[in-house]
Amino acid sequence: MAPRSDTSKRLSELRMKHGRPPASPLEPKAEKAETLREAQPRFRGLESGHRACQGCGEALAARLVMESAGPDVMVANATGCLEVFSTPWPQSAWRVPWIHSLFENSAAVASGMEAAMKAKGKNTKVLSFGGDGGTYDIGFQALSGMLERHHNVLYVTYDNEAYMNTGIQRSSSTPHAATTTTSPAGKERMGKRHLKKDLLSIIAAHHIPYAASASVAYPADLQRKVRYAMGVEGPTFLVIHSPCPLGWRHDSALTVEVARRAVQCGLFPLVELERGALTNIMPIREPRPVADYLELQGRFAHLFRKDDYRAQEELDHLQALADHNIETYGLKGEGLDPMDSTGMSHVRRGGPLAGRS
Amino acid sequence: MIEYRIHGRGGQGSVAAAYLLAAAAFEAGFTCQAFPAFGAERRGAPVMAFVRIDDKPITLRSQVRNPDFMIVQDDTLLLDPNLTAGLRPGGAMLVNSRRPAEDFAKRFDTRVVAFPATDLAVEVIGKPIPNTALLAAFLALTETVPQEALAAALRGRFHGAVLDKNLVLIETAAKAVEQGAWKELADA
Amino acid sequence: MREALEGSLAIARAVSMAKPDVVAAYPITPQTHIVENISKLVAEGDLHTEFVSVESEFSAASVVLGAAAAGARAYTASASQGILLMSEVMFNISGLRVPLVMTIANRAVGGPLNIWNDQSDTMAVRDAGWIQLHCISNQEAVDTTLQAFRIAQETDLPVAVNMDGFVLTHTMEVIDMPTQAEVDAFLPPFEFAGQLDPANPRSMGTLVDPNFFPEVRHSHHAAMGKALAKIEEIDAAFAKVFGRESGGLLTVEGDKKARVGILAMGSVVGTMLAGYEDFKDEVGPARIIKLRSFRPFPAKALRKAVKGLDKLVVIDRAISPGMGGVLGTEVSAVLSTMDKAPKVYNYALGLGGRDIPENMYRDLLKLVEDKKAPRFAVLDADLEKLAPEDR
Repeated sequence: MAPRSDTSKRLSELRMKHGRPPASPLEPKAEKAETLREAQPRFRGLESGHRACQGCGEALAARLVMESAGPDVMVANATGCLEVFSTPWPQSAWRVPWIHSLFENSAAVASGMEAAMKAKGKNTKVLSFGGDGGTYDIGFQALSGMLERHHNVLYVTYDNEAYMNTGIQRSSSTPHAATTTTSPAGKERMGKRHLKKDLLSIIAAHHIPYAASASVAYPADLQRKVRYAMGVEGPTFLVIHSPCPLGWRHDSALTVEVARRAVQCGLFPLVELERGALTNIMPIREPRPVADYLELQGRFAHLFRKDDYRAQEELDHLQALADHNIETYGLKGEGLDPMDSTGMSHVRRGGPLAGRS
Repeated sequence: MIEYRIHGRGGQGSVAAAYLLAAAAFEAGFTCQAFPAFGAERRGAPVMAFVRIDDKPITLRSQVRNPDFMIVQDDTLLLDPNLTAGLRPGGAMLVNSRRPAEDFAKRFDTRVVAFPATDLAVEVIGKPIPNTALLAAFLALTETVPQEALAAALRGRFHGAVLDKNLVLIETAAKAVEQGAWKELADA
Repeated sequence: MREALEGSLAIARAVSMAKPDVVAAYPITPQTHIVENISKLVAEGDLHTEFVSVESEFSAASVVLGAAAAGARAYTASASQGILLMSEVMFNISGLRVPLVMTIANRAVGGPLNIWNDQSDTMAVRDAGWIQLHCISNQEAVDTTLQAFRIAQETDLPVAVNMDGFVLTHTMEVIDMPTQAEVDAFLPPFEFAGQLDPANPRSMGTLVDPNFFPEVRHSHHAAMGKALAKIEEIDAAFAKVFGRESGGLLTVEGDKKARVGILAMGSVVGTMLAGYEDFKDEVGPARIIKLRSFRPFPAKALRKAVKGLDKLVVIDRAISPGMGGVLGTEVSAVLSTMDKAPKVYNYALGLGGRDIPENMYRDLLKLVEDKKAPRFAVLDADLEKLAPEDR
C-alpha cells in the first residue's frame, strides 16, 4: 500500500473527528463531484454502533439532540439505558466529552461542569441527560436545584415512561393504566393506578428561560427546539417522548408511528414555555382517538379486553386525559397548517418546507 | 496557664467575649485558646464559653473544669448554686449586676466583684450587650492583659461607629472597678 | 503571619489561598462557619470562585465532581449526616479518580440526633476510597488543607481533611497563616490529565463489566499505596516553604522509650500530650502516636512506631456496633503480623461530644496496668444511666 499523503491523512483525521469511517484506499473514487451539502461533514455526537435495542426511541432522540447541539458541548449523563448502551467499557459511542456519575445527580454534576466552564471563561455548553426515572423521580431534587440556581445547562429527559434499564418498572412518568412489571394488570388492578406526573408544569414553576416537550416523531421540531435552547443563556429543559419497543411492547419498526400517535391523540402535547408561560404549541389537525395510540402497545393490551368492563372505563379515562390536554393547551388546529402534527410529520430533511422551522 | 469560664445567656455575646479575651491575650504576646460550650441553645438560654491563656503552645482540648476566673454576664444565672462548680480555690468571679457584690459573696464562697455592665453599655453604645465592658473591667482587676491589647482586639473585630463606641465603653468600664485588685490572684 | 483566628475562618482563608475555581456546599453544623466565611470572601471580592450554594450535600459532592472532572480546582465541606448523604457520590468521585478536596468537620451520626464531635462520619465512609487525613490543631488543619490540594492532583485521588467539629472548627487559637506568595510557591495550578475537554473528547464513568472491574479496583488500591509516599513527600515539601510540617503519615511523641503507648487521631491527641506533661510523673510516661493518615493506612510505619511497646491503647472516636472501635480493629489487624506485637486496648472516648478531660491520660495508663482491663469498651459511658437490661 502506498503511503498516504499528508493531505489525505489530514482528511482522514477530519472524517474520524466528525464520525465518518476512514475511506478505504481500495474504495473506488466517487465519480460525481460532491455537492456542498455532501462535503459538509455531519456532526454526530452519538455515533452508530452502540448497543441500543432495535427501534430504540431514546437512541434516536439522543442522536437528534447531539446533531443539533454540535461539537462544543459536554454531557453529564444519568445512569440508565442511554448510559449503558453507549459506553460498554472500553468502547464509547460519544464523540463529545461525556461523564456518567450516578442515577440521581446528572443535573448537579452538570451544574459543577458549568461552574467550571464559567470559572475558566469557556463557552462550552453543558448538557445533562436523564431518563424519566432519573428526572421525574430520583434525580428530581438535583434538577430543581440546577434550574433554581440558573446554571447555563440544557437538561434533556428521554421519557420512555418507565424504568427500562432495570426491566420496565413503573415510574412517576408511567401513564395511567399502563402495565409495567411493578404495575401489572390483574383482578384488582388495571395497570398503574396513578397519573403521569405533569413534570413540565413543575419545570414551568421554576420560571426558567425555556422549556419544551418534543417527540422523536417530529425530528425537525425536536432539533429546532434543541437549537433554540442552545442559544439561551441559562437553564433550559426538554422532555422528549421516546418510545421503548421492549417496554411498551410494540413492533420495533413502529417507534416513530407510536410516538406520532401519542402527539396526535393529545396524550403527549408538544409545547414550548418561556419563563413559565406557554408560548407555542404544535397544533393537532385531526385529534385521533387515544385507542389508536394505545392499541399498538402491549402495555395497554388489557384495555382492549372485550370481557372486562374496566377496560372501557380506563379507555374513557385516558381519552378524557387527552381531551383535557387538548383543551388546556389549545392544541386543536384549524385547517391545513403545514406545521401542525400532520404537516410536520411529512417534513423531511431538505424537503420543501425546510428552513421554515 | 490561666483558665477562664464565661457564663451568659444566648445573645449576650459570651462566645464573642471569649474570642475577644483570647484575641487580646494574643495581642499582648500570649498564646490563647477560646471556644464555646457547644450546644443547641437558643437566645436567652444559659451558655458558656472557655478561654485559656498561656505563654507556651496549648494542646489541651478539654472544656475548662477548674477555671481560675469566671465572668458572669447575667446575675440571674447565679440562682444556680452549682454555677461556680470547679472554680479554683483562690479564684474569683466578676458579675454583671446592679446589686452589690456582697449579695453574692454570701452565697458563693469566693471573691466576687459586681458592676452594672449592661447599664453602662446601654449608656455608652445604646445596646444592652455587656461583654466588652465586663472584659475591660476584668482586665483592670487582674492586669493579666493590658487594656490596649483589648482595644487592639476590638479593632480587629469591629469597625466605624460600633468600634468607636466600644472603645469609649471599655475605657469607662475599666475605671469602674479597683485597678489591680486581683493581680495577686492572677500571678499566683 | 501569626494570628488569633477561629478554626473555620482559618480554613476558609486557606482554601481561598488555594484559589479554587469552584466551591459547592450545603450548610450543616459544625461545618457552617467554614462555608459562611468562604461566602463572605466571595461577597467581598477577595476570592474569585464559582460558589455554588446547592440544595443538598448530595448535590454539593456532585457539583464538585462535575467541576473537577471539567478541569476545575474544586472544594467542598460537610459533616455527619451530610457525609452520609453524599457517600454515594464520594465512592463515585474516588472511583472515577477525580482529584478534589473536602473538609470534614467531624461530628457524630444520628440517630439519635447529636450535633457534637466524634469521628463516626468519616469512619462511615472509610471504604469510599478517599485519602483521609486527621488534624490535631487548627494549624495542622490549615497546613493539611493546603497540602491536600497538592496531594489530590498528584495522586488523582480525592482528599478528605478531617478536623474535629467544634473542638477545632469553633476554637480560636494562634495560627501561623501562610501568605499568598508562600502558597503560590508550594501549590502549582490545578491540573487533571483526565479532564473533560471538547478538543479531546473522553468518556468518563462508563459501564465496566466483570472483565475489567477487578483491575479498576486493584489500580485504585495501588494508587492509595503509592499515595503513602506522596503524603510524606508533600509534607516535606511544605516544610521547605513554610518551615513546619504536619506529621507525614504518623508521628511519635511523648516518651519514645516508654513501654506503654497511646494511639489516636485528631484533637484528642493534643489532650493526651497535655496529660502526658501533667501526669507522667504520677502514672509514668507513654509513647504517644499521632496518626495523621487513616487512608491510606500506614501499616509499615505503624509497626515501626510500636516496636518495643508492651501495651498500646488505641483511642477511638467512633465504633462499629457489634465489633468495637474502628481504628482499634484496624490497628490490631496491622499489628497481627508482628513477632512481638503490643497488647491492644481499644477504648471509644468522647462519642457524641462527651468531653475528654485532661486526666484521661492518667486514667488510661492506670486502667491498662490492671490485668483485667477490658480490651474494648466505650470507656466514658456511665452504665448507671442505663436500664439494667441495656448495660
